[in-house]
Amino acid sequence: MQLESLYQEIILDHYKHPHGRGLRDTAVPGARVGEAHHVNPTCGDEITVRVATDGTVFTDISYDGMGCSISQASASVLHELLRGRAADDAAVVHEAFVELMSGRGQVTPDEDVLGDGVAFAGVARYPARVKCALLSWMAFKDAAARAGVGVSPTEVKA
Amino acid sequence: MSSIAIPAGMPQYDDVPRYDVARVRADFPILDREINGHPLVYLDSANTSHKPRQVLDVLAEHYARHNANVSRSVHTLGTEATEAYEGARAKIAAFINAPSVDEVVFTKNSTEAINLVAYAFSNASLRPDADPRFRIGPGDEIVISEMEHHSNIVPWQLLAERTGATLRWFPLTEQGRLDESGLDDLVTERTKIVSLVHTSNILGTINATARITQRVREVGALLLLDCSQSVPHLPMDVVDYDADFIAFTGHKMCGPTGIGVLWGRAELLAAMPPVLGGGSMIETVTMARSTFAAPPARFEAGTPPIAEAVALGAAVDYLSGVGMRAIQWHEKELTAYALDALATVPGLRIFGPTVPVGRGGTISFALADVHPHDVGQVLDSLGVQVRVGHHCAKPVCTRFGVPATTRASFYLYTTTAEIDALVAGLEQVRKVFG
Repeated sequence: MQLESLYQEIILDHYKHPHGRGLRDTAVPGARVGEAHHVNPTCGDEITVRVATDGTVFTDISYDGMGCSISQASASVLHELLRGRAADDAAVVHEAFVELMSGRGQVTPDEDVLGDGVAFAGVARYPARVKCALLSWMAFKDAAARAGVGVSPTEVKA
Repeated sequence: MSSIAIPAGMPQYDDVPRYDVARVRADFPILDREINGHPLVYLDSANTSHKPRQVLDVLAEHYARHNANVSRSVHTLGTEATEAYEGARAKIAAFINAPSVDEVVFTKNSTEAINLVAYAFSNASLRPDADPRFRIGPGDEIVISEMEHHSNIVPWQLLAERTGATLRWFPLTEQGRLDESGLDDLVTERTKIVSLVHTSNILGTINATARITQRVREVGALLLLDCSQSVPHLPMDVVDYDADFIAFTGHKMCGPTGIGVLWGRAELLAAMPPVLGGGSMIETVTMARSTFAAPPARFEAGTPPIAEAVALGAAVDYLSGVGMRAIQWHEKELTAYALDALATVPGLRIFGPTVPVGRGGTISFALADVHPHDVGQVLDSLGVQVRVGHHCAKPVCTRFGVPATTRASFYLYTTTAEIDALVAGLEQVRKVFG
């Protein structure tokens, strides 16, 4: 059934038990911090993403927000996938996620790259929900840029 | 079987005008559709209504047989198109009991109608010889309410910014009604215009306007009622309501998109400077300056949405054929049924009046802590179409402490079976997110 492809168990699990939720101050002395607040004007969903980096690695990614299961689960998955990663690696994952979400359900995700992010493959078939899934990822991109680390040149087409 | 007799002399049950909902539904081709393998259950008429075949036919017929520009052609087609366009204006004037057909100005939608009045104010404020009722500046006040659609907030915020006037507003009560307790302090001699929603698009509240109208008259201000959610659903009489302007839109009343109406008192429209300049709105043009046509043409620059206006006339014919009293009563019964049915859903909280009095058939709610997007998505998988989000009324959401709501809204073709489908769908939502 279509609905189940949207609300995968993985998504509902991340929604009900989010990982790394709550904005944190960095514990690393001298780390660069960037933060971005994004809003989805059509539904009012909001997310704030904060990154801390030593210039190479994202030492922490924290977030807080409110919104639907897709937007909040996606932030939890973002935290799981990108925290502790080198910026170069993170850029690859970020680009793969954006490509998956922009693919209208035609992109087969690589679990080695996207981990739990593959659960969002079904979301890409619901154009109205793609922005929900990308909300935290776009905020992350801006936060990373503000911390002086570029992540992904990919623009969102959805 | 026992029955309770209504005493003689009282309104009897059979006095209520009724119609056959199944026959009405047969007029709306889209209601045959299936959505995700389920019969369509359309509970989003406050967003836009569906269109009966009678309206779709008129729209197609106009383009197929009578297409020409209006108000400028001597040829036969041009005459037919002009007669159809002006005929629609006359039908709409009669529908809202406007004293004169020239009081009906065609716009794109309600948003444009409200903006037209707001820009007439700022244009008048730049002309020393303009009617003082439309001149506004520092020290003057504009009054709206916390219940407004963004289309009745933003134009006034922008007007206040342009002119230095102050924007003030009525707060809401916990029950989702206008808090009129501060009326005399809010509407004063400084007030130039009070612009209020008549029926809330998010809470369903129908505002009682009599006290406010009386106060507006006392202080010599103007009154605009946003009737976008009223004109489609109840008999509207602009004389009885004693408003100065009302705004409404065609697509919520069985008509096409792209056509709306500003109704204004004839002498006020005549006192307003033009807003959009161009063809059709002039009296004469020289290279240095122009003089302007009388209303409504003064406010209809450029080629208007002709076929849309004609089809809106057909929509008015259709609604009148069913009967606005009967539609109002049908929706009242549906609303009572829905309020009772939704009360049985565990964890459901209704925003706005919870009794079917002083409210229309638009019901916003929260289901426990499930986000409205998720509610709407599960309902859609069952064919149930509701609107989720802030409904272009963010201040109302803020007032009630939620980012968004789920909204079910009814119309003349809605059935109690569709409300049952909504309630069953909400059970499914609870299962997925329980």
